Amino acid sequence: MIILSTAWLIPVLIPKAMHIPDGFLSLLVAGVAWMLSIAALAYAVRQTNQQLGERQVPLMGVMAAFIFAAQMLNFPVAGGTSGHLIGGALAAILLGPWAGMLVMTSVVAVQALLFQDGGLVAMGANILNMAVIASLVGYYVYVAAQRILGDRAWVNLGSAFVAAWCSVFVASLVCAIQLALSGSSPLMVALPAMGGVHALIGVGEGLVTVAALAFITATRRDLVQSRPTAN
Amino acid sequence: MKNRTWWIAGVGVLIALAVTFISPLASSWPDGLERVAEDHGFLDLGKDPPYEIIPDYVLPGVQSESLATILAGMVGVVIVFGLGLGAGYALRRRLPADQTH
Repeated sequence: MIILSTAWLIPVLIPKAMHIPDGFLSLLVAGVAWMLSIAALAYAVRQTNQQLGERQVPLMGVMAAFIFAAQMLNFPVAGGTSGHLIGGALAAILLGPWAGMLVMTSVVAVQALLFQDGGLVAMGANILNMAVIASLVGYYVYVAAQRILGDRAWVNLGSAFVAAWCSVFVASLVCAIQLALSGSSPLMVALPAMGGVHALIGVGEGLVTVAALAFITATRRDLVQSRPTAN
Repeated sequence: MKNRTWWIAGVGVLIALAVTFISPLASSWPDGLERVAEDHGFLDLGKDPPYEIIPDYVLPGVQSESLATILAGMVGVVIVFGLGLGAGYALRRRLPADQTH
């Protein structure tokens, strides 16, 4: 899926992902983000406990593994900038928003604790943006798009593209608001800058999400159809 | 759990591990947030982490950077697979009849 990118022309490079590091957010913003994330995760645990079928247990592990690996693959977008998959929409479409949120949280937490990708104080905000918001936006946009476009296996890929794009775009706008509230960058600067670059990264998110779903639809359609509902 | 489900899990993990093999080819250009922070002058606000285990997805002590990146990815893949699986197993719905299949 990334074969067409110029990354293949550049000799061996290290992946360079960056989630919000410590220092970008004020303690107040980081603290509020932690509280919102913990509340959302507590609800997600309860919902998952009521919904998750036996057959989705291994899928949770597989999604976490795939999303972690795919997040390492930065693809060039424009003007010396790269982007990488978040995966919130993919996880939420396959597992529902709540189990998807838990999968995303495990990825983001391991990245911060073990790989120093994303700060420890800022981890609440990274979880809020990439696990909570990306999963919820991805899921509900997908469901809304399904209603408009129809619910057929291959048409759903179009819905998934839109959902994936929206999940990245909205998460980036929330991040811009967090940066502005922290006094790191004025809103009038951060909002268009973050939104602009992530509108491009969102296209990559959409393509990877569609590719992954197409693969699963072609090989194991039952896994796509067995996705639980949100409530 | 049925054998078939574990077969899916095995194939899924192999795919994720395979993906780590192309990680050394990932673009090293700054990502969206880093680009914005650089362009708008707040990159310096970022603090160094209090400790480092596998910083920058490069496993310490491995000579080849490509190999170190692939191994770092594999370590991460195995750990998050365990976490995801563990969370799923602990939280799975315990109803006598799971009639999805």
